[in-house]
Amino acid sequence: MHEATIAQLAQELKSRKISSQELTKHFLERISRLDADLNAFITITQNDALAQAKAADARLASGEGTPLTGIPIAHKDIFCTKGVKTSCGSRMLDNFISPYDATVVARLKQAGAVMLGKTNMDEFAMGSSNETSFYGPAHNPWDRDTVPGGSSGGSAAAVAARMACGATGTDTGGSIRQPAAFSGVTGVKPTYGRVSRYGIVAFASSLDQAGTLTRTAEDAALMLQIMSGPDELDSTALPNLVPDFCKALKDPWENITIGVPDNFFDKDLDPNNAQLIRDALSVFEKLGATIKEIHLENIHLSVPVYYVVAPAEASSNLSRFDGIRYGYRAEGESGDLAEFYMRTRGEGFGAEVKRRILMGTYVLSAGYYDAYYLQAQKIRQLISQDFSRAFEDVDLIAGPTAPTPAFSIGQKINDPIQMYLNDIYTIGAPLAGLPALSTPCGLVNNLPVGLQLIGPHLSEERLLKAAHYFQQETDWHTLVPPGYFE
Amino acid sequence: MNWDVVIGLEIHTQLATKSKIFSGSSTQYGASPNSQASLVDLGYPGVLPVLNRDAVCMAIKFGLATGCQISPRSIFARKNYFYPDLPKGYQISQYELPIVYDGCLEIVLEDGELRTIGITRAHLEEDAGKSLHDDFRDHSGIDLNRAGTPLLEIVSEPDLRSATEAGIYMRAIHTLVCYLGISDGNMQEGSFRCDANVSIRSRGEKKLGTRTELKNLNSFRFVEKAIQVEIERQINVVEDGAEVVQETRLYDAGSNTTRTMRIKEEANDYRYFPDPDLLPVIIEDKLIEKLRSELPELPDAKRNRFISNYALSETVAEELTSTREIGDYFEEAVKSQPSVPPKQIAKLIQRELTEALKKNSLNIKKSKVPPEIIAVLASKIQDNSISSSAASAVFEELWRTDSSIGVSNVIEKLGLEQISNEGVINTMVDDIIAQNPEQAEQCRKGKDKVIGFLVGQVMKISRGKANPQQVIQTLKNKLRGE
Amino acid sequence: MSLNREDVEKLCLLARLKITPEEMTDVASKLSDIVTLVNQLRTADTTEVVPMAHPLDIAQRLREDKVTESDRHEHYQQNASMVERDLYLVPKVIE
Repeated sequence: MHEATIAQLAQELKSRKISSQELTKHFLERISRLDADLNAFITITQNDALAQAKAADARLASGEGTPLTGIPIAHKDIFCTKGVKTSCGSRMLDNFISPYDATVVARLKQAGAVMLGKTNMDEFAMGSSNETSFYGPAHNPWDRDTVPGGSSGGSAAAVAARMACGATGTDTGGSIRQPAAFSGVTGVKPTYGRVSRYGIVAFASSLDQAGTLTRTAEDAALMLQIMSGPDELDSTALPNLVPDFCKALKDPWENITIGVPDNFFDKDLDPNNAQLIRDALSVFEKLGATIKEIHLENIHLSVPVYYVVAPAEASSNLSRFDGIRYGYRAEGESGDLAEFYMRTRGEGFGAEVKRRILMGTYVLSAGYYDAYYLQAQKIRQLISQDFSRAFEDVDLIAGPTAPTPAFSIGQKINDPIQMYLNDIYTIGAPLAGLPALSTPCGLVNNLPVGLQLIGPHLSEERLLKAAHYFQQETDWHTLVPPGYFE
Repeated sequence: MNWDVVIGLEIHTQLATKSKIFSGSSTQYGASPNSQASLVDLGYPGVLPVLNRDAVCMAIKFGLATGCQISPRSIFARKNYFYPDLPKGYQISQYELPIVYDGCLEIVLEDGELRTIGITRAHLEEDAGKSLHDDFRDHSGIDLNRAGTPLLEIVSEPDLRSATEAGIYMRAIHTLVCYLGISDGNMQEGSFRCDANVSIRSRGEKKLGTRTELKNLNSFRFVEKAIQVEIERQINVVEDGAEVVQETRLYDAGSNTTRTMRIKEEANDYRYFPDPDLLPVIIEDKLIEKLRSELPELPDAKRNRFISNYALSETVAEELTSTREIGDYFEEAVKSQPSVPPKQIAKLIQRELTEALKKNSLNIKKSKVPPEIIAVLASKIQDNSISSSAASAVFEELWRTDSSIGVSNVIEKLGLEQISNEGVINTMVDDIIAQNPEQAEQCRKGKDKVIGFLVGQVMKISRGKANPQQVIQTLKNKLRGE
Repeated sequence: MSLNREDVEKLCLLARLKITPEEMTDVASKLSDIVTLVNQLRTADTTEVVPMAHPLDIAQRLREDKVTESDRHEHYQQNASMVERDLYLVPKVIE
């Protein structure tokens, strides 16, 4: 059962060949057997899952339901889930039970999807390896000594190890696409605003966007269909109606032009990865696409822009964690208010989060605002304009998702700069608010490599269709990590 | 040395919306602690602000009423600081690109001089919660009901030159926001409060002196007193050869002094930046024109109209336009008795009604004497049926009892009909002249002052009912043959 | 570009974050590395470039002025560690 995609399972559930309860039990059994080694889950919601599966079966029996009714999925622990711990991978929220559901969670629940649990992640989504989690690192099912990527590492590992049919994630600088690449799954980050941010613990509000980690582009389309759309609780959710993503996949292939930025094939890119990306591009050529080299003038500045903008917003977003209304509160109060704040926050946040808060505070502080924050916003504009110009000539942009395959646990955690540079190819799209995805395109040393596709605003149909056609021509996305067949 | 005083006010006025600026919580005053604090107001993880349309419209109305520019595009920013009554660790406010800017308000000084006070800007922001310090031993209790209440912060230019002027300006803004219906202006409930920036400089000096900021002045009287003592303190500091330190100070009404505020400002680097949860507010001309057409007549215009239409003096017009309601009351009364001079009605409102309302702490809308009745009373003075001193007694009776029994009935009941009968008045005047031969003699010799005394005596024996004009005439006639 | 201990302490006070003396050296050196990284921005010519605060170029949506929330303080306060008489408790605020 765990071999099938969401699309296939939806058929079987609809025709009542299998029940959601069987399916859910099957996945819960896999989690209990496999997750001890992977640490992909922070919370497993077994009882809720079984109750939801039962309700889904009743709904399916009455002939109602959506393609997701009865499908077991997992949520990144950054999404607020009513009555369930929502930790965001932090000690700060280790005791936090959300009193409400995120819009994404509510919509998937409404559609009848079954929630298996909450997945591991870098603390407050700050990291590219899942190692900054308060709950310890998640492991990559392809090689448990390597990282699954981050920050949505738990979701990627859970889907890769077939412990969930699909999972939600969030992407701020690559947090869906990079773990998807490292774990050999399909990761989609929609256009900024396509999916509501309501109920997602905010990291960097102008960059955060929810998306999916699934086995196939088709499964991503099924989930995004439910997750997307306007939300009156989020002023920054786009008012645009959602097209039929699944229908778009079945449209006949059109001969699109794919731009390949020369800047993405730089000294940082592992030559083996580079070769796999070139191979993937020839697949598109065979499909009839035109490949065109392009140049993104300012993209080399995307990492520094990101490490000003994201920490700046984060430093403010994370100010609400003070131990007063919810969350961790330091013991043994001295009675001094400033001391109370400093201790609660000093003890509640981990090292990377503290670094980013301090960095964000620095770039916004008097005397540095113009040189850093404002300058970063201006270069963000330039980067965004570079993309717009490129999309005048090409339909999609393709390139690597990450410079290398998954690295070892512990390899980069003490060198933030090396860690940050891992996001060098993924940061551009969120800076410009563009949709992007990563699809498996090969193995290097038995570790998966991802191909990244970036599209213009609201081009999810085109992106998903290109990935879907690519997946019809290749079978990289069907590979199961050794040891996880059974 | 002589000192010039420079004052600018930042007035925070609570907007009269039903729900909060960024959430659907009620803004009702006086609810039990934290019962009106939603997840957004509490700053829960993951929640997002959505802007209240009416708050935007109210700000625009204020801008239109003060001749401000209305920003076609305005931006919300985060003001970052930690304080227990600020749940998110930042206040959503406006920094660059406020919703309205660059306007002015005309005020009338005590001597009748008109002064134009510049309004730098007015911007939308959210209020903080409340810290309660008593009864929790070494802790404070936090109530977040007020958190997220919409505020319009109105920033004046440093155009005010004395504590009194600051008070007049603050009253004028108060009158205006109440007129516009954008605030209830209730100062006890904290709907209208102000911070004052105060500095001094030697007379004629162009450069501004170092200013101090007086926080949270929540009554007209405190504004004036606080600014006055702060001016005196600054003069003392400088005259002692020291320098004024730029700081935030609190006014203590008990000791009538100001003191340095101990916290909040220690690291005042607010790190403003555009709030990424909120997009630019775009205001289209269509909305501005719609709101302009909804504006009520403003205090200035009404005052001028009262002066020209009703022949009222500047000060009387000022008082009768001090609130929208008193102006409406006056005009209704005038309309119901078109033949009575409005001045007569105005006098009764000022002398009798305002006093009664004050004594009973009532709003004019709750007046026990409706405008039609006060107009009838004025007509009785006008046609000499009663004297104005008798009118006072009639008003009191009307207020005390059911005013619908009618003015004439009350006059009759109290026996206060004015005595204008020539024979009766002649007799009374003769009696008084006989009883006061000395004064009568002085009067004959031309001492005008004494007439007043004799009139008073006649009024006394008539128990206030004699027509005073007629009494004077009769006295003059009898003693001087005039 | 490097941040010294004093710079970091100032930031810690602004951000209300306690950094232990043991952490300090590491924090200062790593922050300095990050500042060096972002200093690349200073080299770019951005004259006349309009800053981009947000990826969406649309107007703020406005909400109707309607009360939609009800009193749920008991439920919400279950997440708070110190509550007395429906108030959240904090170390004494002195003004």
